[in-house]
Amino acid sequence: MFKLLKRFSARIFGGLFKRRENLRIGFYGPPNAGKTSLANRICKDWTGEEIGAVSAVPHETRNVQVKEKVEIKYKGKVMTFKLIDTPGIATKIDYENFLRFGLKKKVAKQRAKEATQGIIEAIKWLDDVDAVVVVIDATENPYSQVNITIIGNLVARKIPILVVGNKIDLKKADVKRIEGAFPEYEVVGISAKDGLNMDEFYEALFRLARKI
Amino acid sequence: MSAERNMPGKFKGLSLQVLPFSEMQGLTIAQRVKKILNLVLGNKIVILHGRLRPEEEARLIEDTMAMVDHVKSFKGIELAVIEPNLRNEGFFVRFKHNLAKKLVGDNSALTVIGPATVVKEIKRDPKKLEVMLG
Repeated sequence: MFKLLKRFSARIFGGLFKRRENLRIGFYGPPNAGKTSLANRICKDWTGEEIGAVSAVPHETRNVQVKEKVEIKYKGKVMTFKLIDTPGIATKIDYENFLRFGLKKKVAKQRAKEATQGIIEAIKWLDDVDAVVVVIDATENPYSQVNITIIGNLVARKIPILVVGNKIDLKKADVKRIEGAFPEYEVVGISAKDGLNMDEFYEALFRLARKI
Repeated sequence: MSAERNMPGKFKGLSLQVLPFSEMQGLTIAQRVKKILNLVLGNKIVILHGRLRPEEEARLIEDTMAMVDHVKSFKGIELAVIEPNLRNEGFFVRFKHNLAKKLVGDNSALTVIGPATVVKEIKRDPKKLEVMLG
């Protein structure tokens, strides 16, 4: 009888543990929303090293970047997941926009080419994530078609979503506007750059993991 | 159905192409996206009766990016979906709308897609649509 109970509990709790170990959480959003800044903040907090470079020039992340086994221990809870940081999704890429940031024409053209491929790669990864953190710039209009398309695709694939309004350190940030735009989802306002409100973010991340 | 309007200067030859729901019905995702992109590449602003499904929107972005990579001077698209705002409507109106959606598909919305070089921005408002030309 004792053996039976032991096997039963091992199967139940072992199964739960295994599921948590293999979580794949994707970071999606438009360019320059701060996906990599947030991914860096998390990786630095819990693994000690960053995942990728950040820049004011849009489309700095042009390849999907993966950090295996990020373990978060928070308030007695533990979660291990694969962090997938994706290039910003856009419907248009114009190399001339990069010239304004001082890039040479050849470099700007190469960046645009890589950015288009990055967007295609990011969309393909939608099939390989268990949950998604949608990162939105809280100073921008949240009703953009890219945000709506990303969230629509996640809903269609039944992938749990956490919406993050980043850049709350800036005066123009308006998290309430994001909550109004996406009332069906939990929205957390943070500043990845300054580490503001990260406690609330980690709590929301655990709640997101429970929905998988 | 095409409502062509010649414009002076850089907008010469710009035209609107209305795609009725019936013309898109029965097409596969790839066919729909191809049809839209062919029109956009021809410098047309497409007004689609209804809305694309989420997977079609994703495919449209994917194929657009592949085109940006291969077609010289094509920078991508502007895309917007205009839907009636039913949040403040009563139960009966919303029920009727949802029932119609289930029976004949979501054709109460309008989808506007244009070449990014021509359309600077599409601003959405429940009561009006503004297409800012670049």
